[in-house]
Amino acid sequence: MNAPSLGFTATEMMTIAAARVLRNDDVCFVGIGAPSAACNLARLTHAPGITLIYESGTIGTEPDVLPLSIGDGELCDTALTTVAVPEMFRYWLQGGRITVGFLGGAQIDRFANLNTTVVGPYDAPKVRLPGGGGAPEIAAHSREIFITMAMGSRAFVEKLPFITSMGHGTGGDHRARLGLKTLGPTRVMTDRCILEPDPDSKELTVVSLHPGETREGVEAQCGWPLKFAADLKETPAPTAEELEVLRALHERTRRAHAGG
Amino acid sequence: MPAFLSLAEAIATHVKDGDTLAMEGFTHLIPYAAGHEIIRQGRKHLTLIRMTPDILYDQLIGVGAADKLIFSWGGNPGVGSLHRLRDAVENGWPHKLAIEEHSHAAMANAYEAGAANLPFATFRGYIGADLPKVNPNIRSVTCPFTGEVLAAVPAHRPDVSIIHALRADRKGNVLLEGIVGVQKEAVLAAKKAIVTVEEIVDDLGAPSPNSVILPGWTITAVVAVPGGAHPSYAQGYYKRDNAFYIAWDPIARERDTFLAWIDAHVMRATPADFAARRPAA
Repeated sequence: MNAPSLGFTATEMMTIAAARVLRNDDVCFVGIGAPSAACNLARLTHAPGITLIYESGTIGTEPDVLPLSIGDGELCDTALTTVAVPEMFRYWLQGGRITVGFLGGAQIDRFANLNTTVVGPYDAPKVRLPGGGGAPEIAAHSREIFITMAMGSRAFVEKLPFITSMGHGTGGDHRARLGLKTLGPTRVMTDRCILEPDPDSKELTVVSLHPGETREGVEAQCGWPLKFAADLKETPAPTAEELEVLRALHERTRRAHAGG
Repeated sequence: MPAFLSLAEAIATHVKDGDTLAMEGFTHLIPYAAGHEIIRQGRKHLTLIRMTPDILYDQLIGVGAADKLIFSWGGNPGVGSLHRLRDAVENGWPHKLAIEEHSHAAMANAYEAGAANLPFATFRGYIGADLPKVNPNIRSVTCPFTGEVLAAVPAHRPDVSIIHALRADRKGNVLLEGIVGVQKEAVLAAKKAIVTVEEIVDDLGAPSPNSVILPGWTITAVVAVPGGAHPSYAQGYYKRDNAFYIAWDPIARERDTFLAWIDAHVMRATPADFAARRPAA
């Protein structure tokens, strides 16, 4: 657990860890929710040249506050250009222009497949979730996929009730066997650790623990027996600049969305 | 040239029980006023198509107007669940709702195919995903040139598409700007199209020769409803009312608070009430 004495929350650490993996020359398709905060933090810190794309059609957007939805006017007002949604999915995503698809999800399994569709049987769901939206094709056509979501035994599950978007399928070369040439999920940034797929089996492996976290603590938040890398690292703590920029972004966002 | 009608006339004349209806607007320019008129007139057994059924379709589903929903993402964006959609799917209230679920790419391609007068859309989609197992309308075609197997879905051909645009001129040509979503495709794919607008003007004032304009002869009826997209927004007219999207969550969570809200804000309201709901631009 992150004690308050660390000076940052687990969610802040997750967002910052997720932001750090983005590069200045990435063209990033931004998923709703946690990915949006991470992508904009990256843009406001080490990656000012990053191109952020939202599925509403906004290309190269530079919002001053985080959008509540993927189609807030802020995204269009600050974008280089805004295209129609069929064009977004046909030319820009399917056309292979996206270097990183950044996704969240309700549930994930050990091969980084994601479920945002249902909990329980599809025809009689216990919980009806929003559905896939753009994710099934983002997961297929982006050069690589980053995922960010908080850990928990109901989120990190042994078996998904529904595969909304394919990660590494049943592992190994499953993606290649389906004809996919993209890398699929390459990193998962959580509130407690960072996971990466094993190069061969593609099973998610903990490569870095966030400050204050233990193996046992992380294992308790995961529904399958977790593997840890031989050279397990500790995630560098957030810098003062990262925290300051992130908190200012959230504060601007809170003020903007409380209006109306 | 389209007919210039009141909203009540447009819905009464052109939307029938049992119709397949697409109401589009990708977060922006969502035709809320038209949806409320459909609720007031008590339309039933509708098949509702929409990429992102948000609060508007939560309201239509909650009052029992729909028998079927064709969609790709059903949530309150940035806030959480659509509780009325969930109640219909999970508990069959007010009645069981049939769903045909796709991805965004499939829905966008299906509208485009409809506008292009094609029977189906093809794209590289659903690879490794479970939706094709539960949606028999997700099929495949083999490319005759390369042998690649591609996803195929039926074209959307709504009986009526309804959109909200920024403004119309006196000939009924309409202008959209900003996030334009799939509205042009939805209108051109439909047998009839109803367009509500913020205002009717002498000159559209299109900012560019490439502006998104739907000629009046592609539209069945034009209706001026200032504020008609609230709580979504109209680029250059008013902002998205994010506070309302957040406020909707507790309203829709329980059946009685939902029905009380519909009674007060839809059944006892008129299209003219939308003008006062607009937040400042």
